[in-house]
Amino acid sequence: MQDSSVIEVCGLNHWFGTGDARKQAMFDINLSLPRGSFTVLMGPSGSGKTTLLTLVGCLRSVQDGSIRLLGQELHGASAETLTRLRKRLGFIFQAHNLHESLTALQNVIMGIEVKGGVSEEVAHQAAEHALGLLGLGDRVDYLPASLSGGQKQRVAISRALVGNPSLILADEPTAALDKDSAADVVDLLKRMGAAQGTTTLLVTHDNRILDRADRILTLEDGRVIASS
Amino acid sequence: MTRLLQALFGRMPIGWLQLTHKPGRFAAALAGVAFANVLVFVQLGLMNAMATSTLKPYGFFDADIMISASDADAFGVGGKVARQWMLQALADPDVTEAMGLFVGMLRWEREGTSIALTTFGIDPVRPSFVSSGLTDHQDLLQVQGAVVMDRLARGLPRDEAAAIRPQTPLRFEVQGRTLSAKATFAGGGGFGGDGFMLTSDQTFFALFPTRSSAAPDHILLRLRPGADPEATATRLRALISDKSLRIRPYASAAQEELRYQQTQRPTGVIFGFGVVIGVLVGLVIVYQILSADVADHLREYATFKAMGYGPRFFLGIVLEQALVLGIFGFVPGVLVGTGILTVMGAVTTLPLTMTLGMAITVFIGTVVFAILSGALATRRLAAADPADLF
Repeated sequence: MQDSSVIEVCGLNHWFGTGDARKQAMFDINLSLPRGSFTVLMGPSGSGKTTLLTLVGCLRSVQDGSIRLLGQELHGASAETLTRLRKRLGFIFQAHNLHESLTALQNVIMGIEVKGGVSEEVAHQAAEHALGLLGLGDRVDYLPASLSGGQKQRVAISRALVGNPSLILADEPTAALDKDSAADVVDLLKRMGAAQGTTTLLVTHDNRILDRADRILTLEDGRVIASS
Repeated sequence: MTRLLQALFGRMPIGWLQLTHKPGRFAAALAGVAFANVLVFVQLGLMNAMATSTLKPYGFFDADIMISASDADAFGVGGKVARQWMLQALADPDVTEAMGLFVGMLRWEREGTSIALTTFGIDPVRPSFVSSGLTDHQDLLQVQGAVVMDRLARGLPRDEAAAIRPQTPLRFEVQGRTLSAKATFAGGGGFGGDGFMLTSDQTFFALFPTRSSAAPDHILLRLRPGADPEATATRLRALISDKSLRIRPYASAAQEELRYQQTQRPTGVIFGFGVVIGVLVGLVIVYQILSADVADHLREYATFKAMGYGPRFFLGIVLEQALVLGIFGFVPGVLVGTGILTVMGAVTTLPLTMTLGMAITVFIGTVVFAILSGALATRRLAAADPADLF
């Protein structure tokens, strides 16, 4: 099972708030993402897409039910385990969240250094390669302030991909990109899926991406209402 | 610098890059650290100057044991000691010689400036009680009205002091009496007076008519070579019937006065507080800078947390910044501090100097307290929650 499924979610419930204000946000979620798959998560705002991403991405503690990520149970896992698991994930946020004091290259290197034990030279080369893949080979030494919105987003994507993550969790990654760049990014993610078995779970409303997904999950009010 | 730090830490020097990304704020931060350093340097300089000038008069004399009145906390203050105890002390087999030392303050009104001279009256025929630099001049004091003058006294022109010779003495009038400075020695102004003057006990009584040879300020004793001053002092305490007297080895008397000046006298306490305040100012400045920097970068830190960086990484960034601020703020701090002490020393003629010991102490203190503030500032890191990033 661990070989084929990167994520295995079983009977997942989640609540926000405490006492009278306690409100259930996730209801009995069950899903499984096979290795190398490209899954799109859809749903209106407030449907729980983000909550699911943060739970799967080890950014929130599991309260009830089970999530097995890369063969590791997240329910009851220690903070150290969660931190260690996060090193094997690639996050792409809606905002680029680049560090403004670091150049494009330095930002991407941060995505490698977290793994530890990588020499400065190797990290440097890998980061340059990742930026090149996203068409930023000539922008490596620019600070984020002197890059366009689309370029910044592509730096952020390079940073997520440079460490060869097992799972990419993305929230509207192509919102800031033009049509061609968005298609390039999806191509790249799918290529990584085929070549390295990188699994992608991506929140989007972009129809161009929907067409290319292996699987589409639709959430509404904290429940999976459609899976295709 | 970035490469050097990269090699040093084995990781991207994010703290350094973050600080230098805003040069204006970085410069202000360094100025703040430097300011705190200068504050501490000036106070330490004053404390050192006070210590130097407190101990200075002890250096003019050479003795093994000093007997003083119970309230004689400093060289020139407090009650007198009856001469009869001197004779009693001489009964101890280890005590070979004794001398009464008289101390008084004289004002030399000189061409509009008033020079306060701490005046010592000594027995001119007991050369073993003055330190080696002064023995040559002691014979000169046998003449009534002769004095040995402090050539570094505040208000005394240096060229005038330099011209003083036994053949060409400097004559001046104090308390209606004419004195004749026949030689000089190196004293210097302190917190309590502008300089020093050495005279015979007979001249001293002429200058201070209320003082009598029966009651010197202190009694100095010399011991037989090899005798233990501490043990002899203990014996003398038992021997001398006035139990209120302070009978101490000469060296401990000096240290006791220093401790008294530093902890009991307002000036000493104020300088001590000045150091504490300087340290606190530095602590607060560095804490403010670092915690503001953490607050400004919460989103970036949350992103790093999401990427899998652990608590030690963030602690490392803040401590790296603390170190950078401490080290880079110290450089202007020590330069400005040296300048201010030099100028203050020149204006006041107090022995104000930057010493290597001070610089090292303050440097270590700066780094330690910067790291302490950094550790305090890391508490705000908890607010960086990667779950808020989506």
